[in-house]
Amino acid sequence: MALSAAEAGLVACQSCGLLSRSPGEQLSRCPRCGAGLASRQRYSIQRTWALAIAAAICYVPANLLPVLTTQTLASSRSDTILSGVAVLYTSGSWPLALIVLVASVMIPLGKLAALAYLLLSVRLGSANGARDRTRLYRMIELIGRWSMLDVFVVTFVVALIQFQPLMASQPGPGLPFFAAVVILTMLATTSFDPRLIWDAAHD
Amino acid sequence: MTACPGCDLLQRLPTLPGGGRARCPRCGDTLAIEPGEGSLQRALALAAAAAIVFIIGNTTSLMGLSVVGRHASTTILGGAYELWLQGFQVTAALVALACVVAPAAYLSILLALLWMSTRSPVPKWGGRLMRHASFMLGWSMPEVMLLGILVALIKIAALATVVPGVGLYAMGVLVILLAAIKLTFDPRQIWQRLAWH
Repeated sequence: MALSAAEAGLVACQSCGLLSRSPGEQLSRCPRCGAGLASRQRYSIQRTWALAIAAAICYVPANLLPVLTTQTLASSRSDTILSGVAVLYTSGSWPLALIVLVASVMIPLGKLAALAYLLLSVRLGSANGARDRTRLYRMIELIGRWSMLDVFVVTFVVALIQFQPLMASQPGPGLPFFAAVVILTMLATTSFDPRLIWDAAHD
Repeated sequence: MTACPGCDLLQRLPTLPGGGRARCPRCGDTLAIEPGEGSLQRALALAAAAAIVFIIGNTTSLMGLSVVGRHASTTILGGAYELWLQGFQVTAALVALACVVAPAAYLSILLALLWMSTRSPVPKWGGRLMRHASFMLGWSMPEVMLLGILVALIKIAALATVVPGVGLYAMGVLVILLAAIKLTFDPRQIWQRLAWH
């Protein structure tokens, strides 16, 4: 008979893994590492929805507003995330264009879709494919950080291209929104508790 | 007894061969990596090397470029500082956290704990440190930064001549060392040596 720690009246610390007797509704801390103890993350579903929706809202200005402006004596151009990918593609480095496209567009969108799917499947009490859904969760946890890529690209282009008045570059207003999307999706992922998938499948 | 972090299933860990890995039979999450012979010493050596390379990578130039006789170069913090100067303070702080603060905190805590654990039981406050180390590891992104610098290099190469600096190679080595630590070191080795009762 498969028994979960919660059913046995135990709590596993999410930081160090130590099993403690469940404190019930009281707030308590892990005796070994001092992390807050909760059988399941508190308000996991609500928090994850809130952060994911906030990320989806920030995603719109992040893609519509420019993230980088470069001026030379002859010209000036502003690039959004997508037009930056297009520039990389036309300048002949299609593998890099593909990497940036995956990191900046597909990973954030894929993450939001995956989180919505996980949240809905828990809500509907789905029992199918719990193992695959846990894997999907671990995957978005692992690859989410890669969408920070474009923030770093802009940082280092701006740091180097400062030859006023010959050539200069500035970050665009889209950059903070894009960084917000990355941070909010990362926080949304950590506030989702994968054990809820198995609780829902068990009932 | 242990509870799976992925699905909360209670189970007993089997005895594993050195370098073996235990996975939850229900959800497939990794439960434990069994350390091989001398793994703490190896992790300590890797962490010390990573700390040295990290210091080199942060104090030397990442890349330099020249345009009609004028030269410019940047470090990692220099990049974040330029962003700050241009009025993007929050984004600059985030870049500094992900590239400098989080990896530095993670590496120094890991070094201290590994060094303590090779001699005596780790004191109780070591547990709190280990918890903060895991948190910092989540926000440290040197590998993403390295790829970002590479893309920036290609973008700039269209406008000027770029020369990669010592710092860039150091960051490359750092990424490899951090991956090696992740593969061989299991935080459970620290938790088991902790005197917390």
